Amino acid sequence: MKAKHQRLMLALVALAAIVGAGLLAASALKDEAAYFYAPADVEAKGVEPGRAIRLGGMVVKGSLKRAADGVTIRFDVTDGKATVPATFSGIAPDLFKEGSGVVAEGAFDNQGTFVATNLLAKHDERYMPRELEGMQYNETTHQLKVKP
Amino acid sequence: MHRFANPARFLKIARPLTLWLFWPGLMLILIGAVCGLLVTPADYLQGQTVRILYIHVPAAWLGMGGWTGIALAALMQLVWRHPLAAIAGRAIAAPGALFTAICLATGSIWGRPTWGTWWEWDGRMTSMLVLLFLYLGYIALANASARDGQGGVSSVTAIFGLVGAVNIPIINRSVVWWNSLHQGPSITMRGSTIETALLWPLGLTLLGFSLWFGAIVLMRMRAILAQNKVEARMQRLARG
Repeated sequence: MKAKHQRLMLALVALAAIVGAGLLAASALKDEAAYFYAPADVEAKGVEPGRAIRLGGMVVKGSLKRAADGVTIRFDVTDGKATVPATFSGIAPDLFKEGSGVVAEGAFDNQGTFVATNLLAKHDERYMPRELEGMQYNETTHQLKVKP
Repeated sequence: MHRFANPARFLKIARPLTLWLFWPGLMLILIGAVCGLLVTPADYLQGQTVRILYIHVPAAWLGMGGWTGIALAALMQLVWRHPLAAIAGRAIAAPGALFTAICLATGSIWGRPTWGTWWEWDGRMTSMLVLLFLYLGYIALANASARDGQGGVSSVTAIFGLVGAVNIPIINRSVVWWNSLHQGPSITMRGSTIETALLWPLGLTLLGFSLWFGAIVLMRMRAILAQNKVEARMQRLARG
């Protein structure tokens, strides 16, 4: 074996070992490095009231209601598997709306309602002109169609 | 590749190539940026804010592409002992770090009006910040272990460049593996979720910035080679 090939083998083995270690670490971090809890995670693991967490998901359509004081809003957060009621007092970001993504910082109260102290809007990976809004996006064919 | 181990032969090609990358690259960046600012329609959700995309995405691409280049150069340096690979690694580091910083800055400016925050410690942002620190570490290590008359990076620095490449797939997958505030990938093997009307200037700025990056790297490599030549001549003079 030539010295060049020895070095190549050494570099490749070392690289494979490092990448393997990196991927193992990353997958072990899967839960710890998650930026937020989804409602299904909350249901599965149980988060004790008062513990500061982030809750992320979609704002359920039709669930957003403004309280009589004008600054408090109530809405439901869902990930398709579980739904959690949430409340927030303050100024929500512009992109926060029904049917859109949200990441809320706060804690659960004793009744199981998530009391948010801060709201962040999470948008998805789709970008399109205003004219195309309301058209339906097909995940498999990547085609836009007018909603029936 | 060893055909270009001879600096004279490399320079013969690098000199005209620099111009061919620099000017078309600059043209594409300008056309892409102007079209992205004025011609394309606003996004249905984000409105005008979306236009920062045309800078943010190329910056992210080159920040990550730069480190991939450093890792490939390191492999060529360590395995094949290619004399220009060490110089290429050093030449890539500074522009790579700059584009990573631009990506972080534009992302922060974009995050405030859309997400409602300048900075959050989610997987994508944190791993990208780690990339910036890796670049700074690489540059510091290259400077600290440099030897006179050899403009390239040392073996230790090359090994660091190779090890740091672990972060590149992590950045890429960060939005898939972990819940994150940053949205998932828009452009994948299966197509793009950015509508064509908004997408095409991104193609121009992506290509333009990439060509420009190549031109900057070639310029820096030529500067390092020239520096080596000066150094060698000074040493000959000193010896009398």
